[in-house]
This record gives sequence, structure tokens and C-alpha cells, in this order.
Amino acid sequence: MLDGAEGPAKQKAMDLLVRYGEALGAERFVGVTNIAGVPGSSTMFLHEYYKEHGGGSFEDVFSRFDLDSDETVPFPKVGGNCCHLQGGMDPELWAEQGMSREAFEHQQQDEAELIRHGVKLLKTCTPYLAGNMPAFGEHCAWMESSAVVFCNSVVGARTNTEGRESTSAAMLTGKVPDWGFHRDEHRRGTHMIQVDVPVESVMDWGMLGYFIGDAVQENIPVVVGKIGQPDLIRHKHFGAAAASSGGVEMYHIVGVTPEAPSLDAAFGPTKPVATIHYGPAERRRVYESLNSNGRDRNVDYVMLGCPHASIEQIGEAAQLLAGKRIRSGSSLWLFTSRAVKSVADLHGYTKTIRDAGGLVMTDTCSAIGKMLPEGTKVVALDSAKQVHYLPAIMGIEAWFGSTEDCIRAALTGRWAGELR
Amino acid sequence: MIVLRGRKVVGGCAEGEALVTHDTISGWGGIDPMTGTVIETHHELRGVSFKDKVLVFPGAKGSSGWSAAFHLARIAGFAPKAMVFNVMTTKIALGAVVMRAPAVTEFDQDPLTVIETGDWVKVDGDRGIVEVTKAEVTKAVITEKSPV
Repeated sequence: MLDGAEGPAKQKAMDLLVRYGEALGAERFVGVTNIAGVPGSSTMFLHEYYKEHGGGSFEDVFSRFDLDSDETVPFPKVGGNCCHLQGGMDPELWAEQGMSREAFEHQQQDEAELIRHGVKLLKTCTPYLAGNMPAFGEHCAWMESSAVVFCNSVVGARTNTEGRESTSAAMLTGKVPDWGFHRDEHRRGTHMIQVDVPVESVMDWGMLGYFIGDAVQENIPVVVGKIGQPDLIRHKHFGAAAASSGGVEMYHIVGVTPEAPSLDAAFGPTKPVATIHYGPAERRRVYESLNSNGRDRNVDYVMLGCPHASIEQIGEAAQLLAGKRIRSGSSLWLFTSRAVKSVADLHGYTKTIRDAGGLVMTDTCSAIGKMLPEGTKVVALDSAKQVHYLPAIMGIEAWFGSTEDCIRAALTGRWAGELR
Repeated sequence: MIVLRGRKVVGGCAEGEALVTHDTISGWGGIDPMTGTVIETHHELRGVSFKDKVLVFPGAKGSSGWSAAFHLARIAGFAPKAMVFNVMTTKIALGAVVMRAPAVTEFDQDPLTVIETGDWVKVDGDRGIVEVTKAEVTKAVITEKSPV
């Protein structure tokens, strides 16, 4: 491919992957069959920038940004199972999100190009909830840190945290550097996390993940102790939080995750470099850290669905909102994938939430789309990941608590969450 | 002058003033590519610009948008001139490649203990060599030359 025999796009893609592999110190490539990225997506800035510098078409952006090429090359159909992760706006509620018609039409053109080239438009940070669940042991090239940690830890498939450029190149070549999580020796635990306080609720799993990410950074934690059996939602919130406060790409929970049937299997031949305890004091400190951006208890915005809500989570929100009314002047936006929203529509959850004054939105979130209800000053969030990013990105205050705490804030306009 | 020897990540030569942090850096959501500043809430460089600096830091963390954020910073004209770091990850490797700035890692001594913000740092990516001139020395040289 590198010699150009398979066309200029594959040549440019291989050139980028070779430079990337050299930077890593990898010695060979590994074939990947499942690729999740954001090919060709452009904000208006990027679109305008390339328009001023030679051309702003989809092909220009894909060539010059995604493949880091100095010239535009024709974009062939992608190979393998390729999907597009989250995007910039809801396909119907974009005006409510403050997006211009021009930006919406631009996104529609990008989507048409992606469909034409064989990329599945899942438009979510949770592809595993929307039709792309890898198999155990499958070599993947995924972006989205919360999806990457889920893919490695919960599924036992193999991916590094790839970026936009490497996933786009992998969609054309089916290859990424054989490094890191593709290799057995890199999937073993490094740090022991002893949990000394009961962890049951989704909120508690999020806090534990946030603590661990900060404690181990990019290492691999092995969690033991007072933890219940996590379901998919708990894994989703735990992993997303650990990948935000640190760079956790894989974790083991002994007796729970597929590559940790025992403590010995989780660590392999290596000894843990440290044992870290999570008790009531640590739990309190994490809670306070996640609430350190909150001062004004008057909440004007509640955002749910980070990572994108599962159908159970939408059902729970609908139940808490049924027959009630969000306080006038407050907003509630719940984000999910198009696939899950279609089920929420079927069950009447979308309507229940809308009747209460909230909106179910797809494709994006407030952090990715940089979108807030007009005049937002204080947000309430049930995601440790979102509270890590949103106040920093948008310059607003934020409170962190349970889904119930957040919905109560939407109904009353006041934050009354506390650590129970 | 202090010389550190490491491994090439991205080739090329660049020099500039060091900006040192002991905190890992998030790309997407951790920096604003359109101003070249760190925005993460609890980060020790919050509000500080890395434009045209030699960024000296432990490594990358957080979102997979790391490379795209620094790629955008390059296009917008706010990228660092070079990168010197300790911990290799896919985020930082890809980010360094698309930033097209010289980068070196795996040093014979810890750059975080040797280099301080304000030192003058010359990065030779191809040879994996980083030359550090301490800030006091830089000032002395400037003072000597200043009568002209």
C-alpha cells in the first residue's frame, strides 16, 4: 500500500500509520476488523479553513486533516466494519441546540458522503449499545476513551485509544501499529485497588472510576473488595470516569471482567506496583472534587446521558419525570444514540420526557457540540466524566450527583444533592 | 549546558523556551486549540499558553481527541514548537505525528527534574537529543550582549 499500488488514499493512510508506528516504537502492524472513528467530520472552522487553503470539500478535509496529507486524494470506499461515533448536533433539534441551518446542512452533506463510502452512522459514544459490539479477542481500532475502556475491559476485544487520524487511516488500510493493548503482555494489571467502602449505585461506580483514574493515570487497575456485580450502565460510568481523570484504557475486576477470572490471571507474572485503598475518606474527597465547580445552588440546566444513555436509563428518567413539570426557566436535555432513541420513542419515554418539559436528543452532547440552553450558568450532571469536561469547556458551574438528584434539580430549580 | 539523550518520536529540530508541568495533559477538553491554552479545571497550567513553547510534561491523558485537538492547534497557529515527555501512549504518539513538531521520549535522565519553565531548550528529534540551557545562564548571556 505504501508504494501507491493500491491508490493514493491508501498510500497516504499507510504513510501516516508508518510515522505513527515509528513514533510508538512498534515493529509491525496488526489487522483490525472493527473501526470506530469520526472520519471527515468538520466543524465550521475546519471547513472554512480548508476552503481558504485550497478546498473545503469532504474529500479535502478527509485527506488533509484525517490523513494528514498535504494534497487532496480521492476517497475510496472503506473496508471492514466501520462506524462513525458521536457528532456535532441533533438531526432534528439542532435549532434548539443553537446550531445554524448552514452548519446543519453541512453536516447532512458529510453524512451523505459517509453513507456513500460505507461508514455506518451510529453517531454515538456508545457504539456497543447501538449495533457495534465487538467479539472477545477481536482486534479493533476505536476512538472515544469511554468506548475504548469498555471494549478492552468488559468485552475483552483489543484496541488502543486511537485518534481521529489513525482510525480514518485504518478504515482504508485495515491496519494499526501492533502495540499496547493488541499484545497479551500489555493487558495485565499493574495496580491493585482495594475497595473498603460498599460500591453499589451508578453514582458510586462513577466516583470509584474517577478516583482510580486519578490514582493510576494510564496504568491498568485490578479492582477487588466491597463491590457488587456491576451491570452495563455501571461499567459504562465507571470506565468513562477512569478514562477522564486519568488515561485508563483497561481495567480488571476479579471474577467479573473476562480476562480476570482470578487475581493471578489479572496480574499475570508481574507483581502489582502498588496497592491503593478506596475507603469512606477517599469517597468523600472524590465527591467534593467532583462538586468543586458548584457554588450557586440555583440550577438552570440538567444534562443526562454521558456516556449516551441506555434504554433502561431513559426509562428511569421518564419514570422520574412522568406527570411532573420541569421548573420554568430550567432545561433538561438527555442524550443518546439514534438507535436507542427509536426504542425510547416506541415505549413512549421520549413523549413522557417532552411532556415534562425535557428533550431527548441524539448524536452529540453539551461537551462535544459545545451547546447549552441559552443563558445556562449552572448545570447538574450525573456523570463524573461530563463534570470533568463541561465546566472547563463552557465556563459554567456544575454539580454532580445521582440521576435522581439531577431530576429533582430540574423540577425544583435547586441543587439538593448530598453524599449519602 | 545539560544534554539529555532519548528516543526519536518525531524528527526535525526546534528550539524555544520550556514550559514544564508535572501534570499529564488532556487534549480534547483539556486545551483550547483556538487559543493554545490549557483549560482543565484542576491543572497547574490552567490558563497558560503553550504556543511556540517546548512543552515538557509527563504524557497524555483523557479523551481520544488528543491528536485532533493538537492537530487543530497546529492549523490555528497555536501549537508548541516541540514536545519532551516521559510516558508513551497512542494519544501522544499520534498527536506528535500530526503536530509535525519534533518530539523525544525515553530519556537517560528525567526531563521533569532537569528542565524548568523558562529554560532554553533545543530539541533534535532525529538524534533524540535535547539540550538545555538554564534560565540563569540565558539571562547572563543576554546581559553580556546587552551593551551592544
